[in-house]
Amino acid sequence: MRIKSREDLLAVGKKALDQLYNPPVLKMNIGMASCGIAAGARASREKALRLSESEGFIVSDAGCIGFCEQEPLIDMLSPGMPRVMFKQVTEDRLEDVLEAYRAGRFDHKSVLGRMKHPESIIGEVVGLTPGASQSNGGIPELESIPFYSKQYKIALRNCGYMDPASIDQYIARGGYFGLFECLGEKDPGRIIDIVTASGLRGRGGGGFPTGRKWATARHAPGEPKNIICNADEGDPGAYMDRSVLEGDPHSVLEGMVIGAYAVGASQGFIYVRNEYPLAVVRLVGAIKQAERYGLLGDNIIGSGFNFHIKISTGAGAFVCGESTALMRSLEGRVGRPRAKYIHTVEKGYHNLPSVLNNVETWANVPAVIMKGAEWYASFGTEKSKGTKVFSLVGKIKNTGLVEVPMGTPLREIIYDVGGGILKNRKFKAVQTGGPSGGCLPESLMDIPVDYERLSAAGSMMGSGGMIVMDQDTCMVDVARYFLQFLEEESCGQCVPCREGIKQLLRILTDICAGKGKDGDIELLEELALTVNGLSLCALGGTASNPVMSTLRYFRDEYVSHIYDKKCRAGVCKGLFSYAINPDKCTGCRLCAIKCPNEAVGGEKKKPHSIDQDKCIQCRICYESCKFDAVEIK
Amino acid sequence: MFLAQATLNTGAIAADIDYRVLDDLIEDLKGDPENLIMLLQAVQRKYNYLPEPALEYISAKLTIPLSRIYGIATFYAMFSLEPRGKNIVSICLGTACHVRGAERIKEHLEKHLGIGAGQTTQDMRFTLETVRCIGCCSLGPAVNINDKTFARMDPDRMAGVLKDYE
Repeated sequence: MRIKSREDLLAVGKKALDQLYNPPVLKMNIGMASCGIAAGARASREKALRLSESEGFIVSDAGCIGFCEQEPLIDMLSPGMPRVMFKQVTEDRLEDVLEAYRAGRFDHKSVLGRMKHPESIIGEVVGLTPGASQSNGGIPELESIPFYSKQYKIALRNCGYMDPASIDQYIARGGYFGLFECLGEKDPGRIIDIVTASGLRGRGGGGFPTGRKWATARHAPGEPKNIICNADEGDPGAYMDRSVLEGDPHSVLEGMVIGAYAVGASQGFIYVRNEYPLAVVRLVGAIKQAERYGLLGDNIIGSGFNFHIKISTGAGAFVCGESTALMRSLEGRVGRPRAKYIHTVEKGYHNLPSVLNNVETWANVPAVIMKGAEWYASFGTEKSKGTKVFSLVGKIKNTGLVEVPMGTPLREIIYDVGGGILKNRKFKAVQTGGPSGGCLPESLMDIPVDYERLSAAGSMMGSGGMIVMDQDTCMVDVARYFLQFLEEESCGQCVPCREGIKQLLRILTDICAGKGKDGDIELLEELALTVNGLSLCALGGTASNPVMSTLRYFRDEYVSHIYDKKCRAGVCKGLFSYAINPDKCTGCRLCAIKCPNEAVGGEKKKPHSIDQDKCIQCRICYESCKFDAVEIK
Repeated sequence: MFLAQATLNTGAIAADIDYRVLDDLIEDLKGDPENLIMLLQAVQRKYNYLPEPALEYISAKLTIPLSRIYGIATFYAMFSLEPRGKNIVSICLGTACHVRGAERIKEHLEKHLGIGAGQTTQDMRFTLETVRCIGCCSLGPAVNINDKTFARMDPDRMAGVLKDYE
């Protein structure tokens, strides 16, 4: 059936409300995004399906609700019962957890929290709400646990709260009402005004004002105009876009249709990196569903507006996340960037006006339309409005995806939301902005996340990767790591990037191997300026940032590597050794048993020692010791 | 010939091409040169690498110079011009996994399998590759074997996991 009116849409939504909030029997929503699956959710799901055959409960899929550290996550709801999210429900624990839920036994070991607010922020606007509130059960609210209490979900509003393969559930949560609002608007320029007033800026890293980009495209000459979604997400450590595509693909489609109408485009592309096969599957399914309902394709909702979306896959090239390279790739060519004195918004795909925005930017659009520009602008700082999704990963306790209002201090994200450093080790730095970003030390932890503030400190917002590093991370090695990555990914066109990165890497590799010399730091600084200043595109143009920021804040580590030939973090092989502190060692022999080279010796219950000739510096002893007796010298 | 050289390295026999299958793949993608990258991906899914005769055929059918196809096959990291092993072991070296010790897993695997990253074992059982981020950053270090993702890996467990793959 094709949806032609707002009433049709409302009817579809109302029918799916019960599926979402008031199922007739027990319902199990299993987190089936890539992180859930990697943690074992598929096996749990298969078991759940087998059990449901005899026991008659409903099994459904959900996207990633963000707390990836605790996957597999399963939330259960049942008539008259509280709605509870359970954590780490691997296959072997499923039956017990189910039984406990049914019996009303809520053990803090398996319960993450009670989902008090499953409703959607947009659903409320159109009158699609859960209805009856559920019972309490005396269980702490999910929304109040430290991981969630400082978050506010706009881009991630549906992830984990619905079945991503169900367009009906998307509609029941207020989806596609924004599309109706916009396509009913006689002057598409007004839509652009709303987006501009909201202050939405590109979430892929550039932070360019979205409304301004759309306005330029609207007035640029050339047909057909194009809408492109950049789902290449190449920054290592960032997976926000993957989550949105796997958990709520329709939010991106709706955003793109709205953008297409505002700008006057008739063709759209979603460029997805091939490392995200599940995202591609979800998108293909979502496009088919939207087309069937007449919400995409020809004559959308009977308005006469045509807009088609094609999915194109990447093939393993980080540089194709750069807008000009991405468009070359869409044309079936090698992804080499070009100079941008003429912007892609005027001449992009096939030299036609093209609006390229990131997944997260598109996902925000329907919320901006339905809740209003003023509402969106009420979040954040003066220049950075709204919220931002971060992938909080690395040496942190609560790893996962978090969406916080712009302006939240880094310290709160890392310690309150993130729960602090893993194994209670010492915080050293947080890396943001991927290979284009930088590392910020403890002294800057009160900086609020804001485009300008992060750049001023020598890092950048980037796409949202936030990698936490502790005392065991060598900052020189981190700079070397990013340059190694960029050397492989450089397209090779321009000399500063191709040759400059190679030389920077060579110097850093030597420093990490104990071959650093006097003058290296000055040479790095000089080279860094050249590479950043003269490269053709942003890959080379920001390539020096990791080096420059680590030199700025962790210069002592460089000095130590070069002059003392020492790596105090215990990473660069040959520049440190492991030794057992006899005062702390209890002689438990755990390290001796685990050592792959039998390098640990000693009598039982007496302090042990490491034979340096046999030690291969694999770190297993350091990681296994429960008494912190293995030290880095 | 550059591509014949490649197969000499592994001693593997080049794939037998069924041109009707290639025709189907080309037709699925509407014979559009813009879909070249996706076409090559489909070919690699079928043959586990990009056989030279297949590339020559595509060049002729789509009227694209072979040199341009070679350019694409060598620019994009996922493509292989050499036959690959039955099982593709892909170690994630993304930042989050790196910080959690992915390099050590790579060293351990290289030692265990006797090959370097990018190479294939003599018995064609395993190809070792590296990838920069598969998006499982919270559960790193992550290793993909074929289409299964193993989370929270460490060198200890790797050997055990590999045993299940023939």
